[in-house]
Amino acid sequence: MTVEFKEKFIEKILLLIAFSSISILALIAFFIFGEGLPLIWKIGPKTFLLGGRWVPGQGEFGILPMIIGSFWVTFGALLLGLPLGLACAIFLCEWTPPWAGMILRSAIQVLAGIPSVIYGFWGLVVLVPLVRNYLGGPGLSILSGSLILSIMILPTIISISEDSLKALPPSYKAGALALGATHWETIWRVLVPAARSGIVASIILGMGRALGETMAMIMILGNAVKMPSSFLDSARTLTTNIGIEMGYATGDHRQALFATGVILFLIIMFLNTLAIVLSRRRVG
Amino acid sequence: MAALSTMGVMALIILQVLSEGIPVFSPRFFLDSPRSMGREGGIFSTIIGTIALTVVAIVVATPLGVGTAIFLGEYTREGRISRVIRFGIGCLAGVPSIIFGLFGFVFFVIYLNMGWSILSGGLALAAMILPTIICTAEEALKAIPYSFREVSYSLGGTKWETVTRAILPNAIPGIFTGIILGVCRSIEETAVVILTAGSSLIIPTSLFAPVRTMSVHFYILAREGISMEMAYGTGAALILLVLFVNIVANWRLNRYIRKRA
Repeated sequence: MTVEFKEKFIEKILLLIAFSSISILALIAFFIFGEGLPLIWKIGPKTFLLGGRWVPGQGEFGILPMIIGSFWVTFGALLLGLPLGLACAIFLCEWTPPWAGMILRSAIQVLAGIPSVIYGFWGLVVLVPLVRNYLGGPGLSILSGSLILSIMILPTIISISEDSLKALPPSYKAGALALGATHWETIWRVLVPAARSGIVASIILGMGRALGETMAMIMILGNAVKMPSSFLDSARTLTTNIGIEMGYATGDHRQALFATGVILFLIIMFLNTLAIVLSRRRVG
Repeated sequence: MAALSTMGVMALIILQVLSEGIPVFSPRFFLDSPRSMGREGGIFSTIIGTIALTVVAIVVATPLGVGTAIFLGEYTREGRISRVIRFGIGCLAGVPSIIFGLFGFVFFVIYLNMGWSILSGGLALAAMILPTIICTAEEALKAIPYSFREVSYSLGGTKWETVTRAILPNAIPGIFTGIILGVCRSIEETAVVILTAGSSLIIPTSLFAPVRTMSVHFYILAREGISMEMAYGTGAALILLVLFVNIVANWRLNRYIRKRA
């Protein structure tokens, strides 16, 4: 009896722990929405989302420039990071001798471990002057931000794409090679398409990472609140908007920053759900 | 080519910061607290801050994370409950750190009235690293052959005895990897810490004291242009710390595996 009771008790405790783990997500949503939603209703979702002016002192809160800024930076990061990441993943799976794979994998692990502030700092002292001198503009720009972000999302893209390429049954490759395809044709026409749900998931997660990056972007983007018109313009993203102004914001202004968080949270949740659904759909 | 350029970029970043930063190192740099906003002195109080926050985060997140992983791996079949939990963890893993920072700020700092403190910061960090610990622990449990469980049951072991005596000891290396990843993320995190633990330079005396971590210190030095020299020094120390944790963890892990094999 007592043993049975103890077992049941432990099971209940573990269930409780598991639920408290995910209840954190609910808590986060509850508190961020609780702080942010009132302001969105007060000034109207349309003015908030599509307003082009952000002047907290005068009570004007329009986050369209930040949404556009986030979009540009993320898009730029994917444009540069995706080909590189995918190439790395394919190389790791198909060509690397084991010792080189070991080195490369630990290099990627280290790359993932470098603090984001250090990426930001490096971008600030090395990349920004380069862009300013050779391409013009302030240097603190979407281009510099995208370059740094593309490096930061590499580990995500490489590791998840590699996993999904590795998970393919060996018969796919053997079959393609037996039909007379070259190694490259096998990779490009058979393996990559077969692993595409995993690859797409890695892209989406990389996108989430890029959208969520704050500190490095504060240091590199220049943080001007205006509609960016070229890749050399300075910009502000949803995250940097929160990061910069949270330190001193009060009242409506602070609520507006939480409202920015609400929008960011919704975008990220949407991307996450998409990634989870996609990665579940394995090729059988 | 792609692989080489990845490694090239990494080497470039690390070498640049290290070569500028290491000349700043001296015993006083590590053992003195920052003076005049960090322009002079060392980084002692920020090292203490980093350690304190990381310890709180790990102490809170490990039991929660491992407990959740055990529940998912050993106590449920794939069903609606496990699917909901897994979905929640997946989503939590993707939440950007600034959101954890905002959450920590309203919930721990204001709502629970803990103020900017080690406790608030550590708890917010714990929430952030929880998914990492759960996922790695679950993988570690999955990697244990099913025969271990069958043998334990056939010897009359109960479920809990099987978990604690037959499965957990063998899953420790995997769980440990997750904890190390959590440590690294806590060390490098800036956005969460700056919003929940403040940026005080005073050496903390209790869990309710505000602190500044090395990452935050580095960020403030570099962004406000207080002292490039000190910023490089702190950055180099930060990189070396993360590398050191990784290397030591790998080494300990290999030894553990070899001992048990």
